[in-house]
This record gives sequence, C-alpha cells and structure tokens, in this order.
Amino acid sequence: MDLILVNLIDGLVTGLLLFMLSAGLTLIFSMMGVLNFAHASFYMLGAYFAFQISLYLGFWMGLLIAPLIVGVLGAGVERYGLRRVHQYGHVPELIFTFGLALLIEEVVQFIWGKSQMAYSTPEVLQFTAFSIAGNAIPAYKIFMIFISIAIFIGLLWVLTRTRVGMIIQAALTYPKTVEALGHNVPLIFMGVFGVGTALAGVAGVIAGPVLGTFPGMAFVLGSIVFVTIVIGGLGSLWGALVASLLIGWITTFSKAYNLRMEDLLIALGFEKPDVIWDSPWRDLWSLTSPQIADILPYILMVLILIFRPHGLLGKRDA
Amino acid sequence: MSDQTATAPATRSALLPLAPWVLSALLLLVLPFIFTANSAITIMNQMAITIIFALAYNMLLGQGGMLSFGHAVYAGVGGFACVHIMNMDDFFATIPLPVLPIFGGLMGMGLAMIVGSFSTRKAGTVFAMISLGVGELIAACSVIIVVFFGGEEGISGDRTYGLPTFGVEFLQQIEVYYLIALWLMISAILMYLYSRTPLGRMANAVRDNPERAEFLGYSARWVRFYSFVASGFFAGIAGALFAINYEILTEENLNTTQSGIILLVTFLGGVGFFFGPIIGAIVFTLVQTVLSLQTELWGFYLGLIFVATVMFFPGGLAGLIMMHVPALRLGKLGRLGVPYLKTLGAGAVMALGGAALIEMIFHVRHASSGDHEMVLFWIAFDSHSILPWVIASLAAAVGYFIVRRTAPDLMEAWNDANTPDGGAS
Amino acid sequence: MRKSISLGVATALTLSVSAFAVAADTIKIAFIDPLSGPFAGTGVNGLHQYEFAAETLVNATGGVLDGDMFEIVAFDNKISPKESLIQLQVAIDQGIRFIAQGNSSGVANALTEAIDKHNRRNPDDRVLFLNYSAVDPALTNDKCNFWHFRFDANADIKMDALTDVMAADDSIKKVYIIGQDYSFGKAVSAAAVRFLGEKRPDIEIVGNELHPIGKVKDFTPYTRKIMAAEADAIITGNWGADMVGLGRSVLENGYTGPLYTYYAAADGITAAFGDAGVGSLKLVAEGQINPPANDRAAAYYEAFKAKYPDGNISQARITNVIEMLAKAINEAGTATDVVPIAYALEGMEHESIWGTSLKMREADHQIIQDVHIHAHTNDGVTFDYDNSGFGLLVDSTVTMAAADSPTSCKMRRP
Repeated sequence: MDLILVNLIDGLVTGLLLFMLSAGLTLIFSMMGVLNFAHASFYMLGAYFAFQISLYLGFWMGLLIAPLIVGVLGAGVERYGLRRVHQYGHVPELIFTFGLALLIEEVVQFIWGKSQMAYSTPEVLQFTAFSIAGNAIPAYKIFMIFISIAIFIGLLWVLTRTRVGMIIQAALTYPKTVEALGHNVPLIFMGVFGVGTALAGVAGVIAGPVLGTFPGMAFVLGSIVFVTIVIGGLGSLWGALVASLLIGWITTFSKAYNLRMEDLLIALGFEKPDVIWDSPWRDLWSLTSPQIADILPYILMVLILIFRPHGLLGKRDA
Repeated sequence: MSDQTATAPATRSALLPLAPWVLSALLLLVLPFIFTANSAITIMNQMAITIIFALAYNMLLGQGGMLSFGHAVYAGVGGFACVHIMNMDDFFATIPLPVLPIFGGLMGMGLAMIVGSFSTRKAGTVFAMISLGVGELIAACSVIIVVFFGGEEGISGDRTYGLPTFGVEFLQQIEVYYLIALWLMISAILMYLYSRTPLGRMANAVRDNPERAEFLGYSARWVRFYSFVASGFFAGIAGALFAINYEILTEENLNTTQSGIILLVTFLGGVGFFFGPIIGAIVFTLVQTVLSLQTELWGFYLGLIFVATVMFFPGGLAGLIMMHVPALRLGKLGRLGVPYLKTLGAGAVMALGGAALIEMIFHVRHASSGDHEMVLFWIAFDSHSILPWVIASLAAAVGYFIVRRTAPDLMEAWNDANTPDGGAS
Repeated sequence: MRKSISLGVATALTLSVSAFAVAADTIKIAFIDPLSGPFAGTGVNGLHQYEFAAETLVNATGGVLDGDMFEIVAFDNKISPKESLIQLQVAIDQGIRFIAQGNSSGVANALTEAIDKHNRRNPDDRVLFLNYSAVDPALTNDKCNFWHFRFDANADIKMDALTDVMAADDSIKKVYIIGQDYSFGKAVSAAAVRFLGEKRPDIEIVGNELHPIGKVKDFTPYTRKIMAAEADAIITGNWGADMVGLGRSVLENGYTGPLYTYYAAADGITAAFGDAGVGSLKLVAEGQINPPANDRAAAYYEAFKAKYPDGNISQARITNVIEMLAKAINEAGTATDVVPIAYALEGMEHESIWGTSLKMREADHQIIQDVHIHAHTNDGVTFDYDNSGFGLLVDSTVTMAAADSPTSCKMRRP
C-alpha cells in the first residue's frame, strides 16, 4: 500500500509538470487555433536561460527572470512571426512553429553545445522531505507540486475573476465581437502567447535540474503535450489538468508495476507455445507494461479521438 | 504539369503537356553520364526516393488538405515488407527485382486502408492528431516487435538474389539507379494522372469546402479515404525503393523525425503545385547530404531557410517560381533581369557574409584551443585575426545596405513586368 | 523550369563531389559518426581523439611506409544508418580504404553488411571497417566478416569481467538489471543473467527489465521498483540522457549500493553526476586513464588536454586503432590493397600506450585486452572528465579478459 502512495505522489509530480506546459498550450491553441509545435522548445529555453542565470545569480533569480525572458521571446515570435503567417491559414502557421522548433534546437546547440548541462537543484532544497517505507520523497518534488498548484490557482483566478480574463474568454469564442467592442484583439493574442510560453519557461526552469538540461529535452517532451490537451479537450483548463494527471498516473503506475502480457493472455485462455523463442508471437508474449508505458497516452488519444472527438472536458471538436 | 491553373490556348499543340515528361525522362537517362561517381549516383537515388515519397505526401497535404504527422510509417512498412520478401529465398528467386516495389506499395496501401478507415472520418486537427498517435505507436512497435521490424538494428536483405532481369543482377549502383528512375517516372505520371481524375479533383473540392462537396453528393469522408489509400500506396513504393537501394531498413524509416522531414520537404518545395515536392526533395537532399559535408551547422541553415520560406513564400519554392509566369506570359520577364541581378547579387553577398560570421563564431567557440586556422569557401585563414571578421561583417553590412537600396527598384520592375502594356502602371 | 533546377543541382553535385581531389601520400581514414544532432558531442570528441592520435602517434613519428601521412576525413552520419551508407559511398569514391565508426551498434550493423556486400561486388576497391566502439556481440559472432575489426571489448566480454569482480564481492546478494529496450540493452541483460548464473548461482536477480530508449522523461517509477526490491547492486547498459536520468534518479532517492554501468562517463555525464556519483557509480571499460599507466600515457593525455581543453580521452582504444593500423600497413607494405592489411591485423599483438597488451583474435576479429572496473571519484584523479574535478579511477582489473571466450563466427577469407 505504501508503494501506491509513493507512486501517487510521483505521478502527481509528472502530471503537474505536464500541466504547466499544456495549460499555456491549450490557451494558445483554443484562442488562435495554432498547434504550437515550438511550445516544448520554449520549455527548453526556460531551462537553459535559468541554468545560465543560476551560474551568476543563483537558482532563485533564474526562476524569476528566465520565464520572463521566455515570455518576451514568445510574444516577439507571435508579433513578428506568427502574425505574419496567420494570413496564410492554419497549416502554414503550424508548419512555421514546426520550423521554429527545429531552429531553436539548433540555436541552443550553437550557443551551449551538445552535452548535458550541470544544472542542479538549489542546495536549500537538497534534503529528503519525508520517507514512506524507505522511499525518499525529495523536498524539491514537494516544491514542484506547490509551484504548479499555485500557478493553476493563479491562472484560474485570472481567467474567471478578473476583467482581463473575461475579455480573454470572450475573445476565445467571439473574437470579432470583442474587437468591435473596442478591445485590441491582436494585443490579447500576443499577451496570451507570451504568458503561455512563459508558463512553459517556468516548467523548464523547475524541470531542468530533475529531468536534465540537454538539447533533446524538447523533443522528448514534444508531442506528449499535444496529446494531453487533445485528451483533455481543447481550450479547457480543467481538461488539461485532468488529462495531465491521468497521463502522469497511467505512465507512472504502468512503469512501477510489471504487468505482463503473458499473464493477461493466459487469463484470456490462450496457451503459451512451448518453443517461445521461435514463435512469431514471441514479442507479444514477452511484452511488459513498462515497455509500453510511454506509448499508452498515444493509444488513449487515438481512442478518445475516435469515440469522443471533443476530448474529456472539451466543448468543441478538436 | 505547369497548367494547374492555366487554360492553354487552343492553338497550342496537344503534345505540349507531354514535353516536361519527355524532358524529365531524357534528363533521368543522361544524368548518370554527367555524374559518374558512385556517390553521386547514390545521392541521386536518395533524391528520387524522396521525390516519390514527397509527391505521395503531397497527395494528402496539397491536394487533400490533410496534414499527417506520421506518414513515414506507410513508406517504412512497405520497405520492411520488401526486405522480408528479399529474405524469402525461394519466393524471391522467382520474381524479378523491378517488380518488388509493387509489393511494397500494396503493403503501404493495406496499412493505409486499416488506419484510414477510422482516421479519415474527420479532417483537420482530428486527422492530424490521429496520424501523430498512430505514427508514434507504430514507431514504438518497431523496437518492441522484433520479429517483423528487427528491433533497433533493423532487418537487411540482399537484392541480388532476385530473378535476373534481362541478365541484370543489380550488383552495381548504376543498375539500381535506372530501376529507381523508372519507378520515379511511373509513379510521378500515375500520381499526376490521379490528380486529373474526377476523384483527384474532388479531393481538392473536399479540401476547400467539405460542406459544398457533400451537397454535391460526394462523401467527403470517402474522398479523403481514397486519397489516403492512394498516398499510402505510393509511399509504400518509395519505401520499397529504399529497401532496394540500401538493402536495410531500420527504426529510422518509421520514426516521427522521418515523418517531420517529409512534411518539411514537401512544404519547402511548395504544396500548391504538382512539381513543388520534386524541388523540395532535391534541395533538401542536397542540403542534408552535400552541405553537411561542408559544415556542421547545416541543420541551422536548413531551419533558417525553412522558417524564412514559411514566413515569406508560403507557396514554397515552386510558388516562387510560378510567381513569374504572369510576367513570362506578358513577355516582360526580361525586364526583371537587371533589378534581380542587383538585389539578389547583393543578397547573396549578405548571406555569404552572414554565414561566414556564424561559421567564425562557431569556430572560435568550439574549435580546439590553439587551432586558429579555419577553412571557409576554400580559403584558409586565421579565425582569431581581425581581418576576416572585418571582411565578413563588411560583406554582410554592404550587402544588406544594397538590398535595402535596390528593393524599391525591384518592386517597381516587378509591378511593371506584371502589368500588361498600355495598362495603368 | 525543371531543367534549370537540375542544372543548379548539377553544378552543386559536381562541386561537392569533385572538391575532394585525392592528394598523394596521405592515407585517409573515414570517420563516419554523428557530428550534428543529439549525439554530436560524443562524435566530435571521438573525431578529436582520432585526429590527435593520427597526428601524434603516426605523422609526428615519420608516418608509415615511405613517410605517408594519416589523414582523418570526417563524415557526419547523423547517427542514421541510411546517411551512413551514403557517406560510406562518398568515402569510397574519394579513394578511402579505411572506415572508422563506433557510435551505435545499429549503424555498425548496417555498415558491416554494406561493406561486406561492397567488397564482394567491387573487388577492385575494397575497404576495411575499423569498429572502435560498437559493442553488440553479434558483430563478431553471427554477423562477423573478414573486413570488420573490433577494437573495443564487446558487451559480453565487459560483462564477463564485471561479473568476475562482482562474484568476489560477498555483500552482493540481490542484483537488479535495467536497460534500454534494444539489441544492446538486451545483450547486456542476457550476458548478466548468464554469467551471474555461472559464477554466483546464489545471487538473486530481483529485477530484469527494459525501458523504451530515449523516451523516458522521469525514471522515478523505476527507482521505486529498484528500492522496493532491495537490490544490493544495479547493472545497466544505459548511455546518454537515459544514463544520467536513471543514475540521478536512483541516487537522489536514496540508493547507496554500487551502480555498475557501461557508459556513465565523459560527454557531460561525469559533470552531471558530480558529487552524487561518488561511491556508487562504477564503470566497466578498457583503457586505464587514472592512475596513468606510464609516463608516455600521461604525456599523451596532457598534450591532448593542451590542444582540446574541453575534450576528454573517453575512448582510449582509438590510439590502439591508429597504432595497429599503422603497424599493419607497414607489415603489409601497402596502403591500398586491404587484403594483406587485414591479414596483418588478424592475430596482431601490440602493446597499448595505456599499459595493456592487445591481441586481435583471428577467429572473430575481436580484440582481447585488459578490462577495468573504474570508480567515479574526485580522489586521486590525475585526469578528470568534463573539467569537473571528477573522473574515473581504476578499481580492479581483469587481465586479458575473456581471451578464450567462444565465438560462433565462421570467418570466410578471400
């Protein structure tokens, strides 16, 4: 039982991290209709900037400054890149972000080289918060949980309780009307893009020390973020949260427990061939859940798209 | 192939549409005599394979408006099937090698039928995300299902064990080249003809306005399905040719990087024109294989070119070329010559200067200490002395300056060339 | 329209292919490894080691034959088998007869087959394959051929040496094996099970699992399983980001036993582990760096560091490749016909600069050498990695490891 609790916490950390990325993306996606392929690249930029800043000013200044830089960069990309491409339609927009992702990875390699950076957690947080049956929960993980929850609450508050949030919500559904009412919709778009990328930057800053700061870090995370928002339902902040946690727990639990296909097949009444190494089905028989843990979200997404195209909590089709 | 939008005057010969095809065929025939080196032939083989694949991809993206993030799997699975056939000694010995791509095509088509049965119900984001999911799944399977995909090291075969075709055993690259060139012509012609059929035309209609197509009595879903299946078939042929050329297929033929590359290639070339992907494939292969011999930063340049293309020429390179057709029709293309020479010449100087600066920064940052000598554009110099920096900066700055100065003239010449004489200019 | 494009292509192709005129009196070695992309760090560092070895060990001492010099020509394969085959063709066209490659067994598999086919189909310009790092045992067993030579200890040999050391440690009762889900990870796992079963049947293997390669973002769930199994030792063949991710995760979550690895050093990994790895992180490899085996090795390393302050000699065997190739060319008296060179390499014995004897086994072209178990530490390290102050120190040595190990290779000689 203790192990279940530990895995719940681990899954929560993974899920919340994913949420910080998908929250920004789902806002951008629902507002501008852009599948921002470079979103994970902003996450990477956040980690690298924070690493560079932490060399001079320490971790905490990195946490403060790096997301701001990333947000400004993101807003710049919207203003000078996306807005230009917007007139050509959605596919070129998407392809633009795709190319941008490539370019950012190359630029990062150009500046910082190709090796992993020695970016580590701040010393204040390098202790074990508590242990459950011999399993240490580092304080940094608790810190990550708190940061993400704070961001979620803050975002929810801004979107539902403030004037800016109301305008954003209105602009999501009726951009023309909002513009007619005298609001500057392009400015709102730029702001949302900037905030969304800054959130990705925050995720990068706090994930960099744990998951590693290297040029491939965006690629590793890349498409899973889309999967999250599609499962959760486009434009739904709650959906993004639910989907992130779902993915976090599914992957964590299927890695933590060795569920074997063999057991499943036998339970279903199949008979295991005697000469398993020569059977064409040998790979199926030897399959275990950790092997497929990271592709389970994709299976989930395809199923969701087939049977419930607007996602778990979304209100409109993907 | 250049008459996508044009209405040819009735006086033109009926044979004219054939001209580009005959020229291409002749070109394919003589190319190996110009570039005799085996490596050049290998690069051309790679180009031809990429062209077929990109054309197949454009059946979806350009003609059908369907964005796929996992198209590599159809080519890959077709290729894997062909390698398995190569390894079935008895069966392979009874079929001539040039027929093998048909099996690859059928395999790609079969897979496309299965996936298409549920993925083509909707277009847009749903289709794109399903293609991404399925692509990731099959790519992940490639390391898990070792029986078929051979794990990370892939599976390999030997093409020479097939039934000899007119005494040719396909030992040499040049023989393989002609096989691939033949299939390139066949596939390109078939794909072009497909785009002329009512079905191909309907794909365009469904792309532009599915509702209206439905009102006309066509099922948008089935039109998408047929495009998808046809695209899978030709992708499978590309995969089969890959199997014949390299005799090995690995995980890299299936993964999302490969799917991303083909999207990049197609878009770079231009999705709006049939020949767009051909240009894209040629340019991309050259950058990847030839430029990467010259500089480590090829990926950086490729990214720059790509982003610039999307931002400034959404029609891709083909669109850029086709922009000149109106001027050509008016017989005023010549007027663009001098302004082009000025601006583009300066632009080239600026680009070279900029590239030189980037290369020198990279060299100073990443070369071994004490290693100050670097070679750029076949000139060796000391990257730590001031002169090369001055020259490169100057070239970039002067180039930029001239471009800024001459751009208005170019715009004027452009407007002039595109305005019929006698009209308001 | 298409014609003009093709014309441009034509010029580009001619330029690119004819730009390499074959200079006389240099013996070119093609280095086909990733120089761009995620594994470029390893590739570029390897290239520097090759260039330095060729320069210092051959060219500075008068070259081979009648003063012919070695030249390393770099080709970027982007760690893709397809690109490797294209670059192989380009290299052969330039008249290069020696192909060096090491990163990724998948690429090595593709290359060795392509080279075997090429040599059969084109007897006039045969080439040799100098594999300096790809350790999939199959390359010198079922998939062996006459043109392939491996200068690294393969996965089985390393595991043989590693289990020798583990067998002597009575405190180890429970072992956990974890690796990447592909041929090499599986080879490590199979070898570990086999050798531990032979040498220490009492050791319980409490976990044996594979995870997707390069896809795992967070290793914590795996760590929990390892902790729950109360393993005394962990064996992993992971490399790159997977190695750092797994290692940091187990160490951060309170694991203190030995973590036996194949590739947990250099290319930023040593720096990434830093203090956390001391006491736990062990690495099995050839090539003794610390303490320096002799003055010559120390001087060589210092000279390398002076030229490449950010580099590491992470693949000590590269010097063996260069020295043995030079020796074989001198013995064969030719640098163009690779058949006598291959015969000279077969069975060659050599004293490595790193203080071990070397023997290229005739039966399967697998080199036999001393294999060391290194510890990750900052104490007594003369030459650190990544300029981090941490490096590898030889813990124990297995002399001429697995010299009589069986092979299933059926070598076909020309």
